[in-house]
Amino acid sequence: MFETFSYVTLQEYWWIIVSLLGAILVFLMFVQGGQTLIYTLGKTEDERTVLVNLLGRKWEFTFTTLVTFGGAFFASFPLFYSTSFGGAYWVWMLILVAFVVQAVSYEYRSKPNNFFGHRTYEVLLYINGLLGTVLIGTAVATFFTGSAFVVNKMNLTNLTGGKMPIISEWTGPAYGLEAALNLHNLTLGLTVFFLARVLALLYFMNRVNNSAIMERVKKQLLYNAIPFVVFFLTFTIWLLLSSGFAVNPETKMVSMEPYKYLHNLIRMPVVAVLFLLGVVMVLMGIIRPITCFVKCSTKGIWAAGIGTILTVFSLFLLAGFNNTAYYPSTFDLQSSLTIGNSSSSRYTLVAMSYVSLLVPFVLAYIFYAWRSIDNKKIDIGEMKTETHIY
Amino acid sequence: MEHIDFSLVDWSRAQFALTAMYHWIFVPLTLGLSFIVAFMESLYVRTGNPEWKRITKFWMTLFGINFAIGVATGLIMEFQFGTNWSNYSWFVGDIFGAPLAIEGIMAFFLESTFIAVMFFGWNKVSKSFHLLSTWLVAIGSNLSALWILVANGWMQYPAGMKFNPDTVRNEMVNFWEVLFSPVAINKFLHTVSQGYVLAAIFVIGISAWFLLKKREQLFAKRSMIVAGVFGLLSIAFVILTGDGSARTVAKYQPMKFAAMENLYVGQQNAPLAAIGILQSDKAEGQHKKEDFLFKIEIPNMLSYMAFLDANAYVPGIKDLVHGNPQHNILSYKERSEKGRIAISSLAEYKDAKKAGNDSLSAAALKRFEENYPHFGYGYYANRDVHELVPSVPTSFYSFRIMVGLGFHFLALFIVILWLTLKNKIETKRFILYTALWTIPLAYTASMLGWVVAEVGRQPWVIQDILPTIAAVSQIKSSSVQITFWMFAVIFTGLLIAEIKIMTTQIKKGPAEEGSSTIH
Ligand code: HDD
Ligand code: HEM
Ligand code: HEM
Repeated sequence: MFETFSYVTLQEYWWIIVSLLGAILVFLMFVQGGQTLIYTLGKTEDERTVLVNLLGRKWEFTFTTLVTFGGAFFASFPLFYSTSFGGAYWVWMLILVAFVVQAVSYEYRSKPNNFFGHRTYEVLLYINGLLGTVLIGTAVATFFTGSAFVVNKMNLTNLTGGKMPIISEWTGPAYGLEAALNLHNLTLGLTVFFLARVLALLYFMNRVNNSAIMERVKKQLLYNAIPFVVFFLTFTIWLLLSSGFAVNPETKMVSMEPYKYLHNLIRMPVVAVLFLLGVVMVLMGIIRPITCFVKCSTKGIWAAGIGTILTVFSLFLLAGFNNTAYYPSTFDLQSSLTIGNSSSSRYTLVAMSYVSLLVPFVLAYIFYAWRSIDNKKIDIGEMKTETHIY
Repeated sequence: MEHIDFSLVDWSRAQFALTAMYHWIFVPLTLGLSFIVAFMESLYVRTGNPEWKRITKFWMTLFGINFAIGVATGLIMEFQFGTNWSNYSWFVGDIFGAPLAIEGIMAFFLESTFIAVMFFGWNKVSKSFHLLSTWLVAIGSNLSALWILVANGWMQYPAGMKFNPDTVRNEMVNFWEVLFSPVAINKFLHTVSQGYVLAAIFVIGISAWFLLKKREQLFAKRSMIVAGVFGLLSIAFVILTGDGSARTVAKYQPMKFAAMENLYVGQQNAPLAAIGILQSDKAEGQHKKEDFLFKIEIPNMLSYMAFLDANAYVPGIKDLVHGNPQHNILSYKERSEKGRIAISSLAEYKDAKKAGNDSLSAAALKRFEENYPHFGYGYYANRDVHELVPSVPTSFYSFRIMVGLGFHFLALFIVILWLTLKNKIETKRFILYTALWTIPLAYTASMLGWVVAEVGRQPWVIQDILPTIAAVSQIKSSSVQITFWMFAVIFTGLLIAEIKIMTTQIKKGPAEEGSSTIH
């Protein structure tokens, strides 16, 4: 069936998949957010153990989504993989290291004779929570702010020109770290950081059965929701007012267009609706638990979680659809990547599209497996009887 | 190509090798132990005997400790193709990216979802659903091996693709050719089965330790039987598929094969040097016929093994470098000239196309396509062609040690199984010590296998098409040096922690049913 799709449709289909994976990843980073709150919320060793175990049963999922996001991006838009990862070397390396140290921390934290002591693993979890969220947010923001690179595929034939035969070259000396100095990028990075913490708090509300922790959660929710909203609005307003990287559909030339992202929103009403719906759901998810005084709704994570997915998803669509360059070059506009010029061949996209049909099954078994082991809230008592704890 | 930054290329290679080797410390145990645990749990479910549950849980704990660090080291591997081999990512990403993505969707999610049920579901889900989860973890981890090995096999023997001059990259034209290439199939079967062997040795060695300490006798013997049977079947398969791998190497990567065999001058009825010590003072470029200080040969064996024909001609390093018209072998000089023509025709094609000159561009394209099989050699046009020869001693010795150890493992499995079934194993202290000391040997063999495969194909990242010097990212070599040391320090630290935790858990022994595993 995918054979009958046009090349453009396939590219759009894959941009949607990559966007969805990115959006789910941002939502799942509640695990990272939670890791930065372990000491704020858990005042005794037992309380911290409850929190760590709650997050520990989900971390693999976030991690695997990151891996799959990377793999899917590679398979569908290899020029992005090649250009961004090779150029913004340091940003990506720091993100990776932050995730590497996370992967062992849960399993090793509470094991006897673990060499570094359990505090170290908790610090590593904190580092992952902080760097992982801020840097991924920063990296996503460069979809709108651009980076300084040149792509010239014919460099590959350069045998004598005094240059290495390299396709994508970055002009900045900092290999991506300059991205973290751009205020807009940083704003989105901090948005993601506080969002992850807010989502973590909502998740704890939903899953923890412990009144002392709950008291602290409620307080922290307010402290984190305010900066989140402020940073988010700052970024969004800037985005809608700023110029964007437009592609001429005939000539494929890239040029700056004032209010490009606002135009995209208007030209794609479905995306606009998804975006607004997402924002409203996130706010709803946060506000209900904050304003409750007697008995609280613990379901905020659902609204806020789905809202996050919708919002991030529509941001990705704003970056890539409607003749927009999703990975713009500020150094050489014509080197900017679009979903048209950076994608895999038609054959590969078709083959991969068949593979994508597996995704609903994957989601179904994940849902089923989780329900079977998450059917009741977790408390200190369970930590004493469970045979495998972190 | 004087402008190539070799220190960048070398540090990038070093970093890739370092991270791959670290990843590989943990992967084979995951591949095999997941199945062993699944067998044990199946026995528990069938017999209802809580002793089997205790056994299952003990090995499962060790599995979890190993798994976590396997995942940690794997992440770097995936993204390194982009960060350090960015040209590569474009040049072959259209083919290579697909297995990586499929691996995530098909294998990693399966693994990570059901691992949660496996570890946390004992008291929450039914026995049969738990058992199913354990099996799914094993299948998931082996599926991840499938896709990455298909990818690696494809790099050794690029099939199912065609170069597209307009996009300047290789594009997939046949998915099934990529998946079912003979190299990929052998590689997958050989690699997963050696993972089973390694895990079986791990289980047997640790059980032997318990017997030596006179602890947990029943537990140890039961574990040994499961692992012994699994190991014996697997090692037979390893030897079979290893032989198959060698044959694909002989066919598709003759230089690697010659290096593995230290064969400088090609010959018919080539003998196999079963054991040998290499001449070390060989002057570059002047290969003598006598390349060994000492060797024990099996006549005709090499020709037979490589091509199933005792009379077959096996080309040597000298033939490949300097050419051998009698056997239709082009010299590397000629190949690099053809490669250079391919590369410059590509540039001419693009220029002509831009200028709208159809006849010129068609002619350039024709020239390009004729010479494309030599494309990668073009980057060596003005260089010493001996750079295209991999390290012979490394390939030669690594290969022999791996094969030799394979036969040691075979013997060990037979002896262990025999003695355990005769119920005499606990009295044979020498055998028990041997079993214990074979654990590091299994890791050695496994690692050396990759050394043979990867060092032997240098400098090719994609055989004949893309050498390392044309595959790297444009970054400062100092940046790569820093990340190299960063990973070296982090991974070593994590490895030490892993070994300490693992040995502590082993010394504690299997927990009594019902108590927590951490105290
Ligand atoms: C416990 C580990 C182990 C053992 C006992 C063996 N191997 Fe092996 N071998 C591997 C572990 C391994 C490996 C790590 O799985 C490799 C590395 C790359 C690959 O495809 O598999 C490998 C590669 C490898 C290659 C190179 C393939 C290539 O270059 O693509 C050959 C020719 C053989 N093996 C042959 C053998 C033979 C004839 C054996 C006879 C006993 C043998 N191996 C035992
Ligand atoms: C360049 C090569 C490789 C890449 C890019 C790679 C990538 C990865 C990644 C990203 C993970 C973590 C997955 C998760 O989130 O659960 C992982 C784990 C794993 N990989 Fe690799 N890998 C490579 C080599 C190999 C090889 C050669 C094999 C097997 C033959 C293998 C088998 C596994 C297995 C079984 C796991 C599960 C966890 C564990 O290692 O214990 N990988 N790999
Ligand atoms: C996990 C087991 C693996 C080990 C132990 C391993 C080992 C090595 C070694 C030793 C090198 C350096 C060779 C040299 O510099 O002379 C290397 C290079 C490389 N390997 Fe592997 N490898 C493994 C798996 C893979 C897989 C599965 C892939 C791809 C799918 C792969 C792709 C590469 C690449 C791209 C390089 C760098 C370029 C080069 O020097 O050829 N490796 N590997």
